[in-house]
Amino acid sequence: MSLQAVDPAALALPEARAEGPATLRGRRLPWIPVGIVAVFALVAVLAPLLSPADPYEQSLRNRFRPPVWEARGSWAHPLGTDRLGRDMLTRIMYGARVSLAVGLLAVFLAGAVGAAVGLAAGYYGGRVDAALMRVTDATLSFPVILLALILAVTVGPSFLNVVIAISVILWARYARVIRGEVLSLMERDFIAQARIAGAGAWRIITRHLAPNTLNTILVLVTLQVGYVIIVEAALSFLGAGIPPPTPAWGSMIAEGRDFVTSAWWVSFLPGLAILLVVLAFNLLGDWLRDTLDPKLRQL
Amino acid sequence: MTSAVVDVQDLSTHIVSRWGTVKAVDGVSFAVAAGETLGLVGESGSGKSMTCLSLVRLVPRPVARIVAGRVRLDGEDLLAKSEAEMRWIRGRKVAMILQDPMSSLNPVFSIGMQVREPVAMYHRLRGRALGARAAELLGAVRIPSPAARLRNFPHQLSGGMRQRVVGAMAIAAPPRLLIADEPTTSLDLTIQAQYLGLLKELQERHRLAMIFVTHDLGVVARVCDRVAVMYGGRIVEIGPVRRIFTAPAHPYTRALLEAIPRLGARREQLTAIEGQPPDLAALPAGCAFAPRCGQALERCRREAPPETAVGAGHATRCWLHGP
Repeated sequence: MSLQAVDPAALALPEARAEGPATLRGRRLPWIPVGIVAVFALVAVLAPLLSPADPYEQSLRNRFRPPVWEARGSWAHPLGTDRLGRDMLTRIMYGARVSLAVGLLAVFLAGAVGAAVGLAAGYYGGRVDAALMRVTDATLSFPVILLALILAVTVGPSFLNVVIAISVILWARYARVIRGEVLSLMERDFIAQARIAGAGAWRIITRHLAPNTLNTILVLVTLQVGYVIIVEAALSFLGAGIPPPTPAWGSMIAEGRDFVTSAWWVSFLPGLAILLVVLAFNLLGDWLRDTLDPKLRQL
Repeated sequence: MTSAVVDVQDLSTHIVSRWGTVKAVDGVSFAVAAGETLGLVGESGSGKSMTCLSLVRLVPRPVARIVAGRVRLDGEDLLAKSEAEMRWIRGRKVAMILQDPMSSLNPVFSIGMQVREPVAMYHRLRGRALGARAAELLGAVRIPSPAARLRNFPHQLSGGMRQRVVGAMAIAAPPRLLIADEPTTSLDLTIQAQYLGLLKELQERHRLAMIFVTHDLGVVARVCDRVAVMYGGRIVEIGPVRRIFTAPAHPYTRALLEAIPRLGARREQLTAIEGQPPDLAALPAGCAFAPRCGQALERCRREAPPETAVGAGHATRCWLHGP
């Protein structure tokens, strides 16, 4: 038996993923969800430029035109028209603005508040922790839809109220998860070392604790965008969300539900848009979680 | 001996829990001069670390409280300072190196950012001067190519290297007192020897008073000038390192020395100290070591022995040397 030349590269062990900032290197981006999110984001931002028509322009003569691939469809309205003859494609494009804006705003607002509460509770512990966590538990036991309905009935439905109603409930998830993270970080020596070096509460929270929870916040934010979009759609469907005539996917489904048997596209297409966006965000969130922090499985 | 940098008198720290009050530190007194190293030796739970944390007033609150004593640093009583004054003193006057280099650096920031932080805080440096000083500090702890290392993250460094970085941050001020809480326990033996050499070098350069916590008497012999042996929250024996090794006065110190395995010694098995470390929540009325002590007298079980001088700068708490 002869000794064979061995390619040294073949012997090299895969680089160990040591403790430290997780990198996105070496993990392929999930192109399909990233693509879907990117397309919807682009459409939302550029809706006025890309859309073929005016989302509010009615044309009663062109009511219930089917999509272009149906027998009576035409390129004038690629996805057909609704019961007031408004162009469906245009309205779905404008609907993306509402859904994504509500989703991102609510998630960032809730994320900021929840992270602050979680950091404070985890850092100070004791009574501060007990008080903040009781409020968090109480909040988590309150249904989002119910609160939003109450808000819509009392102060009237509006874009801002939807964002507020969702954020008021949503922050609690962040608070709880971040607090857990902070509690385990507090046991680590670098926090003790920072204290010994003379760092005060503010410095320790902002420089040492918060940066170490960013991965978790990022994962949670991505996973929750989809959830917020669904809640907003549900609210709009119930008439407690974005008030008409602003095109929102939820209210578009509601408007079309009486005509499902004759004009299926009026309800179906906005529903499909919701499905695609939410699915994309969830897949992206799952991927981020697995890449950044596999410990977060339960989220 | 010159005047002491740190002078601790009757320091007591208690931990209040559901199971009673634990006297984690009970009437501890010692002093350390500039350029001198005091070894703090004892088993786990003997109060070594709690003593160190008490010096910088960072005992885990609200369960632990410093209940009595005086800690003078350059003549100023630290226990009388406000929390804001204490924050200023921490790092600038007293620095500490902890045991575990794997978790004593923040994993999300580069070495450079972490070393620059205390330097910027203590010396109000910015920009180029700050970067240069950070690189200089890494050089001072014998890290090769410091400028390149500043861009690394903690996980790219070995345990020994990380502990050097922690050392660099500790001398950023530089402080008057350096407390090293088992800094070499988790390092390889060869790395350990290098690190101890480095600590001595830093100490000489900055004339640091140093408190070196360890349970390794071999390390004590290498780096310490004096040794304080702790048992059950008290210092049972304190003296020059040579005296402690050649003429230990307290039976516990003697037992510790006998427990060191020696190469070539004709022993069938290692000597261990009989019995368990004491339950600090239920210390006996007399000497805490009495239940495990081969020479315990009737009196040892009733009364706690006072500190008795047994030589120049050498004292013990034991009735065998009783007044």
